[in-house]
Amino acid sequence: MNFDLTDERQMLQDGLRRFLRDKYTPDLLKQIADSETGTSSDVWDGLADMGVIGALFTEDQGGFGGAGFDVALVAEEMGRVGATDPLIDTGILGGGLIAALGTDDQKAMIEDIIAGTRQLALAHGEPGSRYDLSRVGTTVADGKLTGRKAVVVNGGAADTLIVSARTFGDVADQEGISLYLVAADAPGLTRRSYALTGGGHAAEITLDDTPGTLLGTEGQAFDALPTAHARATCAISAEAVGLMDAIRELTVDYLKTRKQFGQPIGKFQALQHRMADVLIEIEQARSAVINLAGHLEAEPAVRDVHVAATKTLIGQVARLVAEESIQMHGGIGMTEEYGLAHLAKRLVMVDHRFGDTLYHMDRFIALAVA
Amino acid sequence: MNLNYTDDQIAFRDEVRAFLADNLPARLSEKVKSGEELTKQDHEEWHAILNARGWLAGNWPVEYGGTGWDAVQRHIFEDEMTKAAAPRIVPFGIAMLGPVLMKFGSEEQKAHYLPRILNGDDWWCQGYSEPGAGSDLASLRTTAVREGDYYIVNGQKTWTTLAQHADMIFCLVRTKKEGKPQEGISFLLIDMKSPGITVRPIELIDGSVEVNEVWFEDVRVPVGNLVGEENKGWTYAKYLLTHERTNIAGVGFASAGLEQLKRIARLELSAGKPLIENPLFAARIAQVQIDLMAMATTNLRVISAAAAGQAPGAESSMLKVKGTQVRQEINALTMQAVGPYAMPFPSEAVDGDNAPIGPDYARAPTGQYLNNRKLSIYGGSNEVQRAIIAKAILEL
Ligand SMILES: Cc1cc2nc3c(=O)[nH]c(=O)nc-3n(C[C@H](O)[C@H](O)[C@H](O)COP(=O)(O)OP(=O)(O)OC[C@H]3O[C@@H](n4cnc5c(N)ncnc54)[C@H](O)[C@@H]3O)c2cc1C
Repeated sequence: MNFDLTDERQMLQDGLRRFLRDKYTPDLLKQIADSETGTSSDVWDGLADMGVIGALFTEDQGGFGGAGFDVALVAEEMGRVGATDPLIDTGILGGGLIAALGTDDQKAMIEDIIAGTRQLALAHGEPGSRYDLSRVGTTVADGKLTGRKAVVVNGGAADTLIVSARTFGDVADQEGISLYLVAADAPGLTRRSYALTGGGHAAEITLDDTPGTLLGTEGQAFDALPTAHARATCAISAEAVGLMDAIRELTVDYLKTRKQFGQPIGKFQALQHRMADVLIEIEQARSAVINLAGHLEAEPAVRDVHVAATKTLIGQVARLVAEESIQMHGGIGMTEEYGLAHLAKRLVMVDHRFGDTLYHMDRFIALAVA
Repeated sequence: MNLNYTDDQIAFRDEVRAFLADNLPARLSEKVKSGEELTKQDHEEWHAILNARGWLAGNWPVEYGGTGWDAVQRHIFEDEMTKAAAPRIVPFGIAMLGPVLMKFGSEEQKAHYLPRILNGDDWWCQGYSEPGAGSDLASLRTTAVREGDYYIVNGQKTWTTLAQHADMIFCLVRTKKEGKPQEGISFLLIDMKSPGITVRPIELIDGSVEVNEVWFEDVRVPVGNLVGEENKGWTYAKYLLTHERTNIAGVGFASAGLEQLKRIARLELSAGKPLIENPLFAARIAQVQIDLMAMATTNLRVISAAAAGQAPGAESSMLKVKGTQVRQEINALTMQAVGPYAMPFPSEAVDGDNAPIGPDYARAPTGQYLNNRKLSIYGGSNEVQRAIIAKAILEL
């Protein structure tokens, strides 16, 4: 048993933490929030230079990491500063699917991704599909796609979209789903981009006879999706733990400095116990992420138990941490200007990607209880 | 023990219901339902409609132009208002200041201000909290120093709800620095157009702008604007708080919220079936509905005690805590019900296109969830309420 980071990972963590702490000033966050894309190309270039995007890929794929613990480490650091950069979308989902399914030609794109010169997004969910991975109504005929894709994170900034479509079967069948690479400026494709709660942008995407290039085997792409989602879930869960740590620090500082009734409010036992509970739950969340990261490469049946367990717990703890920290701040915790707002919103929204507590509790019951 | 309304109360409820059906502009109830921020004009329009019917001041006696309703009638009225998605009555003039002036104000103040509140001539806001004085309100430091026929006011208030619309602010100010902090506070009425007042809006976590900082720099306030006696303001403020805390449980809001939650959970599909049929989610809705049913009766118990002449006391603290827990849980479940479409920031497309992103019902829940974190913070935080319960009811 050893919970220490390897030397390489320790170096990556130290470097990334320093880089993000310097970059992610309140000014930058505001600048990003006000920007048209919801990202900062300056930060993205820096991440690429440091090899942070490459850390999401294995050596075989052209990267220098790619294991569950690499993904978790990077994402947790991003969470610590409330970063909104689309590592999950471009790197883990986009790059990961191309690495898993692409032809050699298509895989050449990974080099650009690692270099930071290409943005991707997975356009899979549709209006009404909620978190169901197999529900795909977008149609395809002669390599041309028609349909609607919902809340495509990074969809507005992406150069290339990975779009799912149904080649055959019923709307909820796993069989019959295909993936396509679609250029963002392809004919018939329209995007409506908007800001997300907690930062970043997403787009509603409409495809009308839009040409795409097949990625993987026609009608047989489904199996790649749970794998990509498991990795993304690991990342967003680790990001959540980073957010929780940052929120905890902010709140403990506040409890120590804010005075009411002649003493720091952290002296009130009612709040001490609440904060102690928050700490206990954050450590539960941290362990859950370690469980998932450690089983990310396990066989799907084992991996998926951890995906479901971790994401359920993360969603629960996220809500607790966000709500308790706002409450213990009082009015100041309600303001957009104070740093907590961004972090808390980002944390709460973690439950709205890759399946919420309900979805994963159901899955966990099916996989490990029933 | 009888849990039902009397015939008279039922007749009253039907009268209110019919009035709302005929007079509540659909434009306003649509806004309330969608969670859109109401403008000043919206509020004024609705106040004027209620005032024309004589129903604006449910908590005022008839002699001052109020309804003279008892606590049960007020409850029925508020309940019907929320069910109809009517804009809430802005509380600062009607619910808060009015009763204080009636009890402690001079004849001139009553004659001048009370009709103006009803007619919508003055929009009031509440200037209690300061950056350093929240839960510990008595530590407030905004000063008022007497100079001839004026008080000179200096300091800062914060979290002042809707001060951006206000003509007048009722403030707690420090008039004496010696002795117990509570004994040096006065209750002052200040014209917001006075030179030296600056209002700065504060953006809240959901992007709404409903609270403000208010600065006072050598603001001259006529001594005639002092309510009651100098240094007795704390007593008046506490009296006001008992009024602020009527309808504190928010049963009507919770019921309306529960309906909205169920409506969304019927429309949202999870694995091809309505979300409301998911046993895990149904159990959570059931839990909050069970809590609400019991709380509604607790609320009525307190209300009928009040109708029988008992002043609402520490029981209102109990209702505040439970009421906000129920409402916040409903908000959280509603946001969860919306699924991925809860993510768009409430709710602006970057290209300025105002059409909703996702289904119509997805627009409001995230903002409501975030905004209603305030429920357990303001009006005496839930921690403060628990301390009151421990002290006043449990005598710990
Ligand atoms: C949306 C909104 C609207 C508002 N509108 C108005 C308005 O119109 N006019 C106005 O005057 N004020 C208004 N307020 C202010 C509100 O009344 C205060 O926010 C509230 O009194 C809490 O004070 P605070 O924010 O300074 O928090 P603090 O008092 O600093 O409290 C911080 C935390 O410490 C806890 N705490 C404090 N003391 C204790 C204790 N002894 N034991 C245990 N826990 C404790 C609190 O419960 C809270 O969790 C508004 C606030 C909000 C958020």
